[in-house]
Amino acid sequence: MFSISYLGPDSRAFTRWNNKLFRIFGRDRETMGSAPSMLTQYDIEDVQEYSYNLFSQQEIVSLYERFCQLDRNAKGFISADEFLSVPEFAVNPLSQRLLKMVDGLNFKDFVAFLSAFSSKASIQQKIELIFKVYDLDNKGKVTFNDILEVLRDLTGSFMTEKQRETVLSQVLEEAGYTRTSFLLLDDIIKILGCPGLKMEVEVPVD
Amino acid sequence: MSQLNSTSSEMDLDRPNIEEYLPSEAIQESNEKLHLRDLLDISPTLTEAAGAIIDDTFTRCFKSNPPEPWNWNIYLFPLWCLGVVIRYGILFPARVLILTIGWIIFLSSFIPVHFLLKRHDTWRKKIERYLVELICSFFVASWTGVVKYHGPRPSMRPKQVFVANHTSMIDFIILEQMTAFAVIMQKHPGWVGLLQSTILESVGCIWFNRTEAKDREIVARKLREHIQGVDNNPLLIFPEGTCVNNHYTVMFKKGAFELGCTVCPIAIKYNKIFVDAFWNSKKQSFTMHLLRLMTSWAVVCDVWYLEPQNLRPGETPIEFAERVRNIISVRAGLKKVPWDGYLKYFRPSPKHTERKQQSFAESLLRRMEEKGK
Repeated sequence: MFSISYLGPDSRAFTRWNNKLFRIFGRDRETMGSAPSMLTQYDIEDVQEYSYNLFSQQEIVSLYERFCQLDRNAKGFISADEFLSVPEFAVNPLSQRLLKMVDGLNFKDFVAFLSAFSSKASIQQKIELIFKVYDLDNKGKVTFNDILEVLRDLTGSFMTEKQRETVLSQVLEEAGYTRTSFLLLDDIIKILGCPGLKMEVEVPVD
Repeated sequence: MSQLNSTSSEMDLDRPNIEEYLPSEAIQESNEKLHLRDLLDISPTLTEAAGAIIDDTFTRCFKSNPPEPWNWNIYLFPLWCLGVVIRYGILFPARVLILTIGWIIFLSSFIPVHFLLKRHDTWRKKIERYLVELICSFFVASWTGVVKYHGPRPSMRPKQVFVANHTSMIDFIILEQMTAFAVIMQKHPGWVGLLQSTILESVGCIWFNRTEAKDREIVARKLREHIQGVDNNPLLIFPEGTCVNNHYTVMFKKGAFELGCTVCPIAIKYNKIFVDAFWNSKKQSFTMHLLRLMTSWAVVCDVWYLEPQNLRPGETPIEFAERVRNIISVRAGLKKVPWDGYLKYFRPSPKHTERKQQSFAESLLRRMEEKGK
């Protein structure tokens, strides 16, 4: 159905008629997975712009298919439960933290979130995402506790709280910070910026 | 949507190391001094999470392919409309008629035989077996099933078990029409459950309940009892434990492979051009699924009865299960995936997360010690 809409408004009308017939025989639900609405050329360009032109149109179409696949009852967003039904995501140590960022996102924001993982994204954009993962409550700065929380997620019960605090204090001191100092975006960019950061995922395009 | 609870520890025993199949640990194993950068850099973990969100092998197993729109030009569209008219207006009523006739014949023979021949067990079983094969043939006819069977027909011998890959409940019907198998199934609600408790009991079926933790031992015992009996129908097991979309196979449960008997693999492959026979039990009920099959042109599939396998000396049941899964996947052209089918209903065990946490924690502690020296 996607190929038709690219041809312009006339074929879009034809498609709508086609779609109506499909819907009578219940095929439309199958064709579109769960979402009833189709992605038109305008929608794709809109989403593309919103995500800083970091994805090609093909990739956005693929992401839409994926979004519809995860969003089981066509609510327009993916719930936390549906994210956790992907086993590879559920076993990730940072899954709970990431859920707070992605739970309930609509498609546009979903793509914007994933845009940091595009190969075309700049180091700055990638580090901004990392900053947001640390600074979940949007204070604008990353505190000792924020880093400690992430460290807790990453090490679980295999390190005591004391050990975590010790390690963190030591490396902070060595880098010229204290327990009470907080890191701004620029600080994180300085720390992680060089050598480069590798954080890319490829969107499969059939 | 079923409640997703974390699995009991029993389920983990079924799985060999998933870590061997997953992308390799991105956390660097180095003994260098620890810097702030190493602690702050969560990019590998984030990359894995994003990768899972964008595409993952588990969800791919349960994706039903949407039918490609091929009918959008001036002559194909009317043809498609004609096709719809034929399928819904002519074929469907004819099929319903065939099915009704089949059920009438079946019930009018089965019920008398079941009650009148209560004392003549061997005769009763023989006739009931034949009748079940008959009703299954009627079912297959009602979808215009074109099934090609390859390989020698299974024989009734004790100490043997049949395993097959699972795409839909119709797998069972297709196999049953050739040979009356006894099968182990999840008890379903509704009319399917009614059929299960009445007719399938006669061929000797065993029930399990996914949600019950202690169920495994009870079922294992029942399985063992069944295969010892000489007179029992050959036992058919679907070790995947759930329906998969016929492009992939998920991990086989080892239950069928530790019974100490011969395992005969069966591979089933559906031809998707005619209809997608995958039953997506989360998306549609079995009734809707059957109706979809009955309003399609045909169900075309290949069934291969493969060479019986035995446990090799020094082989664990899990390795045996993997070997048989390999045989079936190769024959039917399916890709293997390292996931447990039950992850459809349950969350993965926290053990996997803990392994990652453990390796990161250990590397941190080690590098801290290096620093101290």
